[in-house]
Amino acid sequence: MTIKQLSIFIENKSGTLIKVLDMLSKANIQIIASTIADTKDYGIYRLLTNDSAQAYLILKESGINVQLSDVIALSIDDEPGRAANAVKQISDAGVSILYLYSFVWKGKGVLVFRTDQSEKAKETIMLNKFSFLTEKDFQ
Amino acid sequence: MDDKSPYLHPQYETLSPDALKALQLERLQATVKHCMNSPFYKKRFEEHGLKPEDIKSLEDIRKIPFTTKQDLRDTYPFGIASVPLRQCVRLHSSSGTTGNPTVILHTQKDLDEWANQVARNLWMVGLRPDDVFQNSSGYGMFTGGLGFQYGAEKLGMLTVPAAAGNSLRQIKFIKDFGTTAIHAVPSYVTRLYEVMQQEGVDPRKDTKLKVLAIGAEPHSEEQRQRIEKMMGVKAYNSFGMSEMCGPGVGFECQEQNGLHFWEDYYIVEIVNPDTLEPVPEGEIGELVLTTLCREAMPLLRYRTRDLTRVLGHTCPCGRNHVRLDRMRGRSDDMMVLRGVNIFPIQIEKILMQFKELANNYLITLTTDEDNDNMTVEVELEELFTDDFQRLLALQKEIKRRLKDEILLTPHVKLVPKGTLPVSEGKAVRVVDKRKVYQ
Repeated sequence: MTIKQLSIFIENKSGTLIKVLDMLSKANIQIIASTIADTKDYGIYRLLTNDSAQAYLILKESGINVQLSDVIALSIDDEPGRAANAVKQISDAGVSILYLYSFVWKGKGVLVFRTDQSEKAKETIMLNKFSFLTEKDFQ
Repeated sequence: MDDKSPYLHPQYETLSPDALKALQLERLQATVKHCMNSPFYKKRFEEHGLKPEDIKSLEDIRKIPFTTKQDLRDTYPFGIASVPLRQCVRLHSSSGTTGNPTVILHTQKDLDEWANQVARNLWMVGLRPDDVFQNSSGYGMFTGGLGFQYGAEKLGMLTVPAAAGNSLRQIKFIKDFGTTAIHAVPSYVTRLYEVMQQEGVDPRKDTKLKVLAIGAEPHSEEQRQRIEKMMGVKAYNSFGMSEMCGPGVGFECQEQNGLHFWEDYYIVEIVNPDTLEPVPEGEIGELVLTTLCREAMPLLRYRTRDLTRVLGHTCPCGRNHVRLDRMRGRSDDMMVLRGVNIFPIQIEKILMQFKELANNYLITLTTDEDNDNMTVEVELEELFTDDFQRLLALQKEIKRRLKDEILLTPHVKLVPKGTLPVSEGKAVRVVDKRKVYQ
């Protein structure tokens, strides 16, 4: 139910992002979605790609601080209120969300989030019959 | 002493250069003889085939081998002492974080002489028994506390051992007790001023301050002038080191043109730190000091590691004691931040205990809004989480452990692996951006 997301530790400085993007581009890796969270000094660049395992290896070999993190990608109708409903169910089940981002993929809304309580999260998703994406969907 | 006298010890302060030299030779010969009671010096003289009688002139001091901080560590705790412990009444010690601490012993006479030097300095800058002296310097093992306390008392001032920190209380004391003089490290004076501003206290109008003694941390002429402008009073540079006694060794007179080092108490040499030969007069070199009045632990040709130069031997103030420039830096890698001595190795030792971190690190010293700060940048070995909270927790833990070690709280900055500069050969570990040594 979870998919692999790349988390990259980057300096909050110009030129650092393009370095990572260049490497991915040369390896012909497609970015499906990405988001940056930053502090004063550094940021974490999170990406979903069409081949996270390959991307991880390439970045790792180049000495980049990268981690593969397990995240959940819910597929919801691209309509008002759907995200609110999904987050409410998850929240009501007592699952806390560490971070969340969203994008539109093939006409459907995608809610990507990370939690430390993945078992509970999975249970909630099954009970509510939410549909979710797997890595195959991006390949 | 009559309040109107510019000198507390005119018999020593105004000695002619020749008389000063004669006194130094007499005291050097006595000191060397006394050092033969020290197991360390006895052995060292024997190893060099040197006898106290070989010191016939002041120039002969160059026959004596140097004493280093390492010698103090190697003989820890009492191996250099020249008197039995029962004659000692005080011990001071530096932080021993890079090995054994260094221990300095004092007899009662040593303490009296130390107080005399500090009193002489304070009198020199115009303080008299009517003054109220607030010592906002750390007490305990740090000699800036007790050193100024006893010196100011010796002079006869009402002396307030306020110690460092708690700025609101300091300001209350300054106002309530009518404090006229403060001793503190320069960065603490600027801190005090900030708090005064916040509290709406104008040091010019609301206090009786007239003199500041600042020292124990490197600072530039510009920084001094900024402090003088802020507080509206003269700030005099003080030099001390616990190996010599503490504060008192050197001090600026009212001319503010270099620090007078008291040549009735010390022999001052400036040597090239590489060749250990004397540098030409006026050139920068390492300050080497020999004590002339110490009983418990005389030190011969002690390498201070501080870099400075001779500015002159005479002064309009009438004192012929050598004037040295403010310290220009160090001949080793020790950093002095807010009066605390820190070696990069102390920081490295802590960082290496974190398996999350790579080997490279960079220490940057800056002056931000008049406060000296340290930033430690550390490279992340592995991104072990993509959770900010855990990264922040790591940062906080590094900070806490560093504070335990160096007694100051540095900024800690996590950076990706491979981003810190690695120089050819020896890595650059410390960048000092403070406007200190200019």
